[in-house]
Amino acid sequence: MGRITLDKVTKSFGATEVIPPLDLTIEDGEFAVFVGPSGCGKSTLLRLIAGLEDVTSGTIRIDGEDATMVPPAKRGLAMVFQSYALYPHMSVRKNIAFPLRMAKMAQDEIDRRVQGAASVLNLTDYLDRRPGQLSGGQRQRVAIGRAIVREPAAFLFDEPLSNLDAALRVGMRLEISELHKRLATTMIYVTHDQVEAMTMADKIVVLRAGHIEQVGSPLELYREPRNLFVAGFIGSPKMNFIEGAEAAKHGAHTIGIRPEHIAVSESEGAWSGRVGVSEHLGSDTFFHIHDTGLAETITVRADGEVGFRHGDRIHLTPRDDVVHKFDAKGLRIA
Amino acid sequence: MATKASRSAARVMMAPAVILLLGWMLVPLIMTLWFSVRTYLPLRGGDLGFAGIDNYIRFLTSSAFWPAVVATLTIVVGALLITVVFGVLLAILLDQPMWGQGIVRILVIAPFFVMPTVSGLVWKNMFLDSVNGLFAHVFKFFGATPVEWMIDKPFFSIILIVSWQWLPFATLILLTAIQSLDSEQLEAAEMDGAPPLKRFWFITIPHLSRAITVVLLIETIFLLSIFAEIFVTTAGAFGTKTLTYLIFQRVLESQNVGLGSAGGVYAIILANIVAFFLMRIVGKNLDA
Amino acid sequence: MARAVTSRRKTINTALAWGVGLIIFFPILWTILTSFKTEGDAITYPPKFLFFDWTLENYSIVQDRSDYMRYLWNSVIIAGGSTLLGIIIAVPAAWSMAFVPSKRTKDILMWMLSTKMLPAVGVLYPIYLMFIKLGLLDTRIGLVIVLMLINLPIIVWMLYTYFKEIPGEILEAARMDGASLKEEILYVLTPMAIPGIASTILLNVILAWNEAFWTLNLTAAKAGPLTAFIASYSSPEGLFYAKLSAASTMAIAPILILGWFSQKQLVRGLTFGAVK
Repeated sequence: MGRITLDKVTKSFGATEVIPPLDLTIEDGEFAVFVGPSGCGKSTLLRLIAGLEDVTSGTIRIDGEDATMVPPAKRGLAMVFQSYALYPHMSVRKNIAFPLRMAKMAQDEIDRRVQGAASVLNLTDYLDRRPGQLSGGQRQRVAIGRAIVREPAAFLFDEPLSNLDAALRVGMRLEISELHKRLATTMIYVTHDQVEAMTMADKIVVLRAGHIEQVGSPLELYREPRNLFVAGFIGSPKMNFIEGAEAAKHGAHTIGIRPEHIAVSESEGAWSGRVGVSEHLGSDTFFHIHDTGLAETITVRADGEVGFRHGDRIHLTPRDDVVHKFDAKGLRIA
Repeated sequence: MATKASRSAARVMMAPAVILLLGWMLVPLIMTLWFSVRTYLPLRGGDLGFAGIDNYIRFLTSSAFWPAVVATLTIVVGALLITVVFGVLLAILLDQPMWGQGIVRILVIAPFFVMPTVSGLVWKNMFLDSVNGLFAHVFKFFGATPVEWMIDKPFFSIILIVSWQWLPFATLILLTAIQSLDSEQLEAAEMDGAPPLKRFWFITIPHLSRAITVVLLIETIFLLSIFAEIFVTTAGAFGTKTLTYLIFQRVLESQNVGLGSAGGVYAIILANIVAFFLMRIVGKNLDA
Repeated sequence: MARAVTSRRKTINTALAWGVGLIIFFPILWTILTSFKTEGDAITYPPKFLFFDWTLENYSIVQDRSDYMRYLWNSVIIAGGSTLLGIIIAVPAAWSMAFVPSKRTKDILMWMLSTKMLPAVGVLYPIYLMFIKLGLLDTRIGLVIVLMLINLPIIVWMLYTYFKEIPGEILEAARMDGASLKEEILYVLTPMAIPGIASTILLNVILAWNEAFWTLNLTAAKAGPLTAFIASYSSPEGLFYAKLSAASTMAIAPILILGWFSQKQLVRGLTFGAVK
């Protein structure tokens, strides 16, 4: 069981308030991702839940019980750190067994659980190695192994994939998602990468400067971003924002249109512009269009086979049904 | 970055070290200050009452004071000059490519590990003795009259002994500093057309300046309080009575504790002046 | 610097460095050689360098006459005991400063160092008096305490610099894994810091072994370590070069060997991290 509730939680370092009063509930079994730019307080929030930092005020409940003053060792949570934080002087086996040893578990039970975790994570052949002899991905697995053997109430992940190379990151992303499906344990995952957030989360919590900007499922955030910040942060390439007369036509201060919601044509369209840089990904091509009179650049996503050249004049047509409208304060207009 | 619980644990864990050092510093210091304003002669009547600043004045005006200051300065400055100058040269030499570098390093460092009483006695007897010492043998070999080193050249002798002990320290630290010099800096200077001597003067020496300062200050603190080297060689005779030695004699040999304590206070003040500069350098390097 | 060095230059460097190295080392070498000579050979002119009647008699005479083993044992107890005691007190303090730093951490470290700068002679009499009052004069326990106190700042400082190199996340991981503070220090921090702790022990054993102010002033025959043992050769036994040499060799050999292992740590420990 792992339902985590934050009630008016705040955190200040000296005079600086890092987390203004914040309420949040993470349901049992949910995969929640805290996402936001660096310095948004997402790691601090995770460390508050872990107990590695004290809250300045407010209450943290784990399964309904007040855990605010409970030391990290007693909260029943497991954490996977960005640097993996493996114990370099212990073998993989001892690393994974460490939390069980601390819990004074019987040796045969420890062995059984370590073997179990090792086979799930494909570490059986590496149990007697030291962390220093493992690759980045394997170390990551050991860190996860150390977390799962305890059967914690919830897993906390602090940017666990940021030290891996791109290919490995995609693989580990799938493994962690798979693990979540199998264990059905609450997971809280911190990242600055919106792709990780979109692909893994049941619930995304978008943070900026300690504030929660929006909470919702990936598609809710994609379809109905509550404000300009979320609209710009979720989705890749970034949403185009247009102000002025064109926005006024829609009765908004700013309108947003995603690159994948704009049709391109050589001959006709609502807007026109000059092709700048094109990024060819094979499956798709991103065109950066200048001189539209709407914004500095409009990014458009087109089929991979579309072949405009630098300097070509082309026409754009937005899909009217997916235009996002925002008022002068940057809030969504329903 | 920590919790209240870990901060209070930290205070508890730090307490033994802090309390012990605080006691070690304050209790004797206060006692010394107390004795320094008393007429205190343990063998001749004990504590004979308040003396005001008499002890401080008597210590400064006694006939032994200025010679002790001169002796202290001579030894400290002499040893500093020798160790730093030869230390820089030796460090540069040891930094060059050569065969058996590790062994040479060991040979050079060895004297630092010799206890002061051993180096004092070995030098005094086996090298500087005017009859059987090795120096005397060498003089005889060249037909010169052997010198009574300890009597005629007491400062030379003691500076020699002390420098021999501290040269390894200076060399080792300066060598470490030289090795931490980014070789790309020197290569850049070479590309810019600076000849070797200029590179040494404009890049190596400025890079070493901090290490040299550290060597100077740390050695000063240790040299100001050298004791055993004098204790086993001249025992303060022939003008080699340093401040430390003078205070030691006042306190333990002639048992004039009041006077000796006043001298001790002077020594503490002197050491603190040096320490002040050392701490500033160390502090700059510390990002706690 | 992957550049070819002319072998001529390398030869000159080598000759020069070895020459200087041997000159600096010579007094030690000469002492060791003399310890194997007869008293006659030790003072003969011209001096005999290697071709003399090698003998071990000086060593046995020194042992018989002045009970070398007792002084050695005192040195071992005093140097080892003061260092271990210091480590036990310093590890928790260094943990606090390295992993739970506060605004005052730097001030405390600096203050600890400043106590190291207090000239011993300035507090000689108070300590002497306290030793008499507490019955500590000429006891090993008394010296263990004093040497622990004078080296404690260096021990704390060195451990602090080593602990700072250990990532805090690993200790946090231990905390998350359910380790108590004691378990965290015992099972995670200490094993990871073993190389640093070993260096610290090594350097402080050397410093305590060679300490020659307090050991000379606070001991007599009973608890005197090797520094005092050698000082007793001031006169007139000092004139027996072979025996002086044998005694000296025995006094410095253990620490010379330890010292060679600790060159790197020496710099760090003695400059308080100001030169690395």
